[in-house]
Amino acid sequence: MPKRFVSIWFRHLLTDRLAIRNSELKGKAFVFVEVQRGRKVITATTAAAEQYGVVPGMTLTDAKAITPDLLAFDGKPGRNEILLKGLAEWCIRFTPLVAVDLPDGLLLDVTGCTQLRGGERVWLKSLIDRLTEIGYDVRPGMADTIGCAWGIARCAKKGLIVAEGAHRNAIMPLPPSALRLPFDLLLKLQNLGLYSIGSFIHFPKAVLRRRFGKDMVLRLYQALGSEEEFLIPLREPVPYCERLPCLEPIRTRTAIEIALQSLLDNLCKRLYGEGKGLRSAVLTYYRIDGKLGTIEIGTNHATHRSTHLFKLFSLKLDTVAPGLGIELFVLEAPSTDQVSDKQVDLWANKNGTDDEVVAELLDRVAGRIGKETIHRYLPAERFWPERNAEATDDLLKSPQTQWRTNKPRPLQLIVPPEPVEAMARIPDYPPKQFIYKGKKHVIVGADGPDRIEREWWEEQGEHRDYYIVEDEDGGRYWLFRSGHYDPEKQQHWFIHGFFA
Amino acid sequence: MAAKKQDIIAKLRQDIITWEGFRPIQPGALSNFGLGQLENAFPNQVFPTGAIHEFLSTKPEETSACGGMISGLVGKLLQQGGVCIWVSYTRRIYPPALKLFGVDSDRVIFVDVPRQKDVLWVTEEALKCEGVTAVICETHNFSLMESRRLQLAVEHSQVTGFVLRKDVKAITTTACVARWKVKPVRSKLRPGMPGVGHPRWNVELQRVKNGRTGHWTFEWRNRNFHEVIDQQQLPDLRQYA
Repeated sequence: MPKRFVSIWFRHLLTDRLAIRNSELKGKAFVFVEVQRGRKVITATTAAAEQYGVVPGMTLTDAKAITPDLLAFDGKPGRNEILLKGLAEWCIRFTPLVAVDLPDGLLLDVTGCTQLRGGERVWLKSLIDRLTEIGYDVRPGMADTIGCAWGIARCAKKGLIVAEGAHRNAIMPLPPSALRLPFDLLLKLQNLGLYSIGSFIHFPKAVLRRRFGKDMVLRLYQALGSEEEFLIPLREPVPYCERLPCLEPIRTRTAIEIALQSLLDNLCKRLYGEGKGLRSAVLTYYRIDGKLGTIEIGTNHATHRSTHLFKLFSLKLDTVAPGLGIELFVLEAPSTDQVSDKQVDLWANKNGTDDEVVAELLDRVAGRIGKETIHRYLPAERFWPERNAEATDDLLKSPQTQWRTNKPRPLQLIVPPEPVEAMARIPDYPPKQFIYKGKKHVIVGADGPDRIEREWWEEQGEHRDYYIVEDEDGGRYWLFRSGHYDPEKQQHWFIHGFFA
Repeated sequence: MAAKKQDIIAKLRQDIITWEGFRPIQPGALSNFGLGQLENAFPNQVFPTGAIHEFLSTKPEETSACGGMISGLVGKLLQQGGVCIWVSYTRRIYPPALKLFGVDSDRVIFVDVPRQKDVLWVTEEALKCEGVTAVICETHNFSLMESRRLQLAVEHSQVTGFVLRKDVKAITTTACVARWKVKPVRSKLRPGMPGVGHPRWNVELQRVKNGRTGHWTFEWRNRNFHEVIDQQQLPDLRQYA
């Protein structure tokens, strides 16, 4: 199947944009100017201004001499790129592959997209009608190659849709400027009397290269399709993607749910067929007023069960703002994983953390409260209490070492340790009493010290001497003295936890 | 005639127990938690799994003791497989210490909820999930309606739920199967030995549905509960350090 490309030329991109913003300016002659080498040079004009003979590149004073009532606004360099990016995003509803073609156009790869909307003519008409309705003055071109579409859009008088395989004939009558050539080369061709592409298209390749350089050959052969040309899309298309255009704009929750369900069913069917499972999904909805919104979900476990995914999405459906109506839904799965197709147990066997039911439960929790609230810990071979357990978000990872049980550790850890006032009879002895939050605890039994050195490769600081102490009421605490005993120092003692 | 009456009453008692959410013991299910005399306080003389237990604590020391008691029970439950979900609002549990109570911390999933009101939502979702063995919920407020919801959730899924209430000011009526109060008491070593002994708690069952209340003293030793019968005060002979 031959590829089909559309090039859209925005003839007055910047000025159209201003007229859309400010309806008083519609149809008036105004220009954008930028200061270049101390002169105010016109960079963009309106159609009305062009009728007076005002063209980009003219200085403002010259233009004012022709039309004294010409309005001028300060232009900002790089503005067109921002505008085109926004328009390209908007065009994604017509085709997934859209590229920005600086300075004033868009390139669309429409291979296989046009059949969905009743043929190329209807497809192109609906796109152009929508852009015109917004207020842009556009000219499209559709052809088998990017180069040809570009030239047709800019230079062809009529026949904007070039039939499949007819691009060679279509560019013959066009002037050389339809080939995206630099200005000095165009002048050279003009001087040689080569006014149309047809007058040099049959020249041998070697002759063209010798006389006009290899750029010229490349551009010509790209337009003819014998040289490969790639489109760099604005957004990389996701391999697992489902689109659902709506006949009528929809705005009720029930309708959105039906759309989501059918998208998920299609996507999951495809994933199931390929033995894959979804780890994250993004639902993008395009509204008729040109705005778009997304909702995202993530799963802890690769899955292709549409009921579960629907549940995750339905937690977030409240945030969908349909406005006047939604015309297109796109469901993408940016990350997928292989699924190990286990046989489903007949008896609900209680496995470990790899259980699918548990993973689905955690997905729901993550969907509502956030993924960062779910913690799982694996043993780490470290002594420093704060780093004894290593947090992981992988439910399947099994511990590499054993949990240590040779040293008693408090069931509740206070992070960070809180200072206490403690008193010991002799330095380096366990404390006799300590005051924590205004309450005095008299110690009747103590174990220790248990010295834990700091991990010098991580941080600097003093070691800790830990004591397990028990007070008169039976409360068991984990106290430590930071560093060696030093009468000069004010704060020595900290409480770090409660034993069971 | 008298014997017949007795039979009828016994049968009705059994019925009431079933209606209140207790299931007859499943064959192969865990029935021995090593709680000794305490298990007799429950209907059918078995620690009720698939139900909600409420633990009260007023101080961090008691919260820690309750945590130890719950971890001991969960450790036994996890021997049959499954995972445990620990839902809390302000968590202080130190995962490496759980192993001392027979719980593999890598089989516990901690959900640290940033807002108090989401704690019960997560707990209810977790209790409805059949792949989960036990759910521990650390919370502050716990009303009758909330406890009823949780109790209804577990009656269907047979998950055991522990609600650990911190900083309890007033005891409220709840639909839980049992209300526990665990307080740490001074550990005991051989006379004259310095140091701190095994964890020892005073376990009080304040309310049991269709059971008896009472209080016991337990020591956690060699990964098992050991009932301490001798309730004498510790002699003050123990030397300091």
